[in-house]
Amino acid sequence: MMQWEIVIGLEVHAQLSTNSKIFSGASTAFGAEPNTQADAVSLALPGVLPVLNRQAVECAIRFGLAVGAKVAPKSVFERKNYFYPDLPKGYQISQFELPVVQGGTITVQVGAGDKAYEKTINLTRAHLEEDAGKSLHEDFHGKSGIDLNRAGTPLLEIVSEPDMRSSDEAVAYARALHTLVRWIGICDGNMQEGSFRCDANVSVRPKGQAAFGTRREIKNLNSFRFLKEAIDYEVRWQINEIEEGREIHQATVLFDPDSGETRMMRSKEDAHDYRYFPDPDLLPLVISPQWLDAVRATLPELPQAKRARFVAELGLPDYDAGQLTASRETADFFAATLAAAPGQAKVCANWLLGEVSAQLNRDGLDLAQCPITPQQLGGILRRIGDGSISNAGAKEVFRAMWAEGGEADAIIEAKGLKQVSDAGAIEKIVDEILAANPAQVAEYRGGKDKVFGFFVGLAMKASKGKANPAQLNEVLKRRLAG
Amino acid sequence: MIEKSLRQLGQALAAREISSVELTSLFLDRIARLNPEINAFITVDREQSLAQARAADARLAASAAGPLTGIPIAQKDIFCAQGWTTTCASKMLANFVSPYDATVIAKLHQEAGMVSLGKTNMDEFAMGSSNETSYFGPVKNPWDRTRVPGGSSGGSAAAVAARLAPVATGTDTGGSIRQPAALCNLTGLKPTYGVVSRYGMIAFASSLDQGGPMAPSAEDCALLLNAMSGFDARDSTSLERPVEDYARDLEKPLAGLRIGLPREFFGAGCDPAVMAAVQAAIGEYEKLGAVSVEVSLPNSHLSVPAYYVIAPAEASSNLSRFDGVRYGYRAPDYDSLDDMYMKTRAQGFGAEVKRRILIGAYVLSHGYYDAYYLQAQRIRRLIAADFVEAFKSCDLIMGPTSPSTAFKLGERAADPVQMYLSDIYTIAVNLAGLPAMSIPCGFADGLPVGLQLIGDYFAEARLLNAAHRFQQATDWHRRQPADIA
Amino acid sequence: MSLTPEQIQRIALLARIEISEAEAHATGGHLNEIFKLIEQMQAVDTQGVEPMAHAQEFSQRLRDDIVSEADQRAAYQAVAPETEAGLYLVPKVIE
Repeated sequence: MMQWEIVIGLEVHAQLSTNSKIFSGASTAFGAEPNTQADAVSLALPGVLPVLNRQAVECAIRFGLAVGAKVAPKSVFERKNYFYPDLPKGYQISQFELPVVQGGTITVQVGAGDKAYEKTINLTRAHLEEDAGKSLHEDFHGKSGIDLNRAGTPLLEIVSEPDMRSSDEAVAYARALHTLVRWIGICDGNMQEGSFRCDANVSVRPKGQAAFGTRREIKNLNSFRFLKEAIDYEVRWQINEIEEGREIHQATVLFDPDSGETRMMRSKEDAHDYRYFPDPDLLPLVISPQWLDAVRATLPELPQAKRARFVAELGLPDYDAGQLTASRETADFFAATLAAAPGQAKVCANWLLGEVSAQLNRDGLDLAQCPITPQQLGGILRRIGDGSISNAGAKEVFRAMWAEGGEADAIIEAKGLKQVSDAGAIEKIVDEILAANPAQVAEYRGGKDKVFGFFVGLAMKASKGKANPAQLNEVLKRRLAG
Repeated sequence: MIEKSLRQLGQALAAREISSVELTSLFLDRIARLNPEINAFITVDREQSLAQARAADARLAASAAGPLTGIPIAQKDIFCAQGWTTTCASKMLANFVSPYDATVIAKLHQEAGMVSLGKTNMDEFAMGSSNETSYFGPVKNPWDRTRVPGGSSGGSAAAVAARLAPVATGTDTGGSIRQPAALCNLTGLKPTYGVVSRYGMIAFASSLDQGGPMAPSAEDCALLLNAMSGFDARDSTSLERPVEDYARDLEKPLAGLRIGLPREFFGAGCDPAVMAAVQAAIGEYEKLGAVSVEVSLPNSHLSVPAYYVIAPAEASSNLSRFDGVRYGYRAPDYDSLDDMYMKTRAQGFGAEVKRRILIGAYVLSHGYYDAYYLQAQRIRRLIAADFVEAFKSCDLIMGPTSPSTAFKLGERAADPVQMYLSDIYTIAVNLAGLPAMSIPCGFADGLPVGLQLIGDYFAEARLLNAAHRFQQATDWHRRQPADIA
Repeated sequence: MSLTPEQIQRIALLARIEISEAEAHATGGHLNEIFKLIEQMQAVDTQGVEPMAHAQEFSQRLRDDIVSEADQRAAYQAVAPETEAGLYLVPKVIE
């Protein structure tokens, strides 16, 4: 039985978070009425010209710096010529020979538990380009409708080397990229709206063979699940073709989520000759070292560095650190909570990944919509830390806070949840209990340890449940030892 | 009134000797009478013109007028003008009413307050040197109606030569202002690339196209350029430079001006009668105190080949937007999307445009890009470097604008290569991005001859100065065709 | 170099211009004349010469990220061959 090796490279189109289009002042807002955001430039009216959006370039610089790539001091926009109704000029302005971002790497964690491993994926490049419009295939008397609102939306196309060897690696890479682009604020990552789209180049080769097999490109995968399913199907299909003696031909295919299969795109069958050449309407893009430095200064700590720091400085388990750095929002929420409850990193992590996350899930909310602020949560955790409330009490405070808002101390006060931690008061209760139950004291001192629980119960009852359990235990033990 | 210069017309309007409506009507009446034969205009819209004239009169009355307010002008039909049919002389855009204004149009009408007399005929998409490729029929040269006016701005040239308009706009990709100016006895200026905005000027070859003025005199050109030029944020290739008064140096004496005569422009290939007029003009310059020096542009013979790679390459891509989807012509019958594209473009474009699109697609295609497109770009640099070298020893370069006077209609229509060689002296200037002019300098067999003046980058004021002083000393530019009364 | 009618048909397809066989032959004659002219370039040694794509050596100017264009769909679609419900209509697009 032949052993096959899977080879995957990804091209990801990240829609950049700008207000206006890459080459014109039309809005990029999602969901507008068809063609109401198609200005003269988006429509390619005769005579119109492109002017480059500074913010789109800045997004590309941020990305380049975040992946340790070379940000080209001079890059060039070229025209990629082909006819398609969603491409109004008959060419797409893109970068070809000299892209703005060259090289770079992304290190990803693949799998979980014992089988988890780390892998570094090399990037070939990332370049700026404009998005196309949309063809709508509902029936307009057997015709297609064209909406050019999206035409000219800025994209960063991020191209990896064919470094991935399984669909799990591909998904881990895509997820890491998805985290990163949102982390550095260049893309909203909304996959349903098409803000983050993956094309997967997939081939197979016999294990040990150096040359790559012929690849097929799966276009426009807009969820991580589809990415995995499409690659898995495509790999099975390619292996089956080869094992049955057929050749693989280079092709562009689409994934049908309903059937779980890939199929050839009919429109892409004829050989393309894109006739790239430098766009004479746009001059070379020059990025100065000063600009790079200025952007670098605004770049946040990146997820990997933060994860490592959470482990090294805060003593968190790597698993927790990974979860806390899965998104910029989570990491920021965690940091703000910790600032409000200093020294309680593990407790913060437990609460954020436990109670808070569970409650958000139950209510179907994002972290951004969390009704409790990090400062409020920190208030609860501070009172756990100083022994003012028990864990059970803290959960009650949390529930009340979630439902009605308010500050931890006020809720503790209102609900009377404050623990008695006054040593004198606890000693007084203990002394009274011991004095009232001499027989049980004798039993305990005779070696019957289980009676200890009997005293705890009585003491709690006497304190109306508010005695600090740790302190109570300590006092009881001391007094019983007598 | 039709003989007057821009300055004189401005004075007449300011002094209320005539209103803009009267002046506009005068020219519109001439157009109505003479255009059916000359065919200089594709679109005339009396109502829109008069509305603009009334607005100009209001500005004049309110003392909110500039030096050109109320003066009529003819616009090459390559400039998009809101509410005006803007065809680029193509069936593809025969019904295209532009929903927006080109920057040049906005500057001349909204800002300067000039009045549009209409849109002038041209070679289709500016591809031609004779105005015979227009979908709307050829333009006749007012000096001899059996001859071409030159191209591609042939309609603008014929309109001004026949005094159907005081001045006109043109565009110049390989000589399209200068060559028709030469053939129609006009003064035409192609500015430094980037001085006049290309926004709204329908692109032929983006890295070469440049708009400019066409007028009887250098002074008119200077005043018109003042109003047309300037930085435009909508054009990435527009130059951010301080505002210039291009008329500031008109009167400067020419003593000591060094005129470079490229030996490549004075060899074989030029009609001897044309050459004689050019030589006489240079003699006139020497009388004005200029000195001539020989210079060399050793790669100039490569400008036509390089141009016919670069311009079609850019054009093939620029014209892809004409696909029958969002505006313009769409074929009536087709059976699929691709069939719609193929038929729309086959029927919408004329033969010369299709020829250049095919050349352009070919030189950019896989396997040919390096040998053709890149090689042409390298030669372009050699040609530009030749000028840099030449301007080390001279202030202006002079020579013939065109190797011949106006040729007969149909004479070269069947021979594209022969037609392309009409621009042998003008093309190098576009490749380098330099400013250049053509001015009337005499006649050969009764037909006008143009003298070409080429300046260093941003030397427009100096060019206009040299042209103006020549026109103070000669009257070639005042001569008019016989039967235009 | 000489372009064959087949090559011309291939370029015409790239450029989406329908041409008949007869036209391909006629156009071929003209194109080959033009390419003879263009071929003069091939004799020139341009090694080490940087290709010149623009008429000046400036760098790209950048726009501030501001929405400046309002909706003008009605005006823009007034010149369209075929629209419906705000969309441009074309023969069925097959993916």
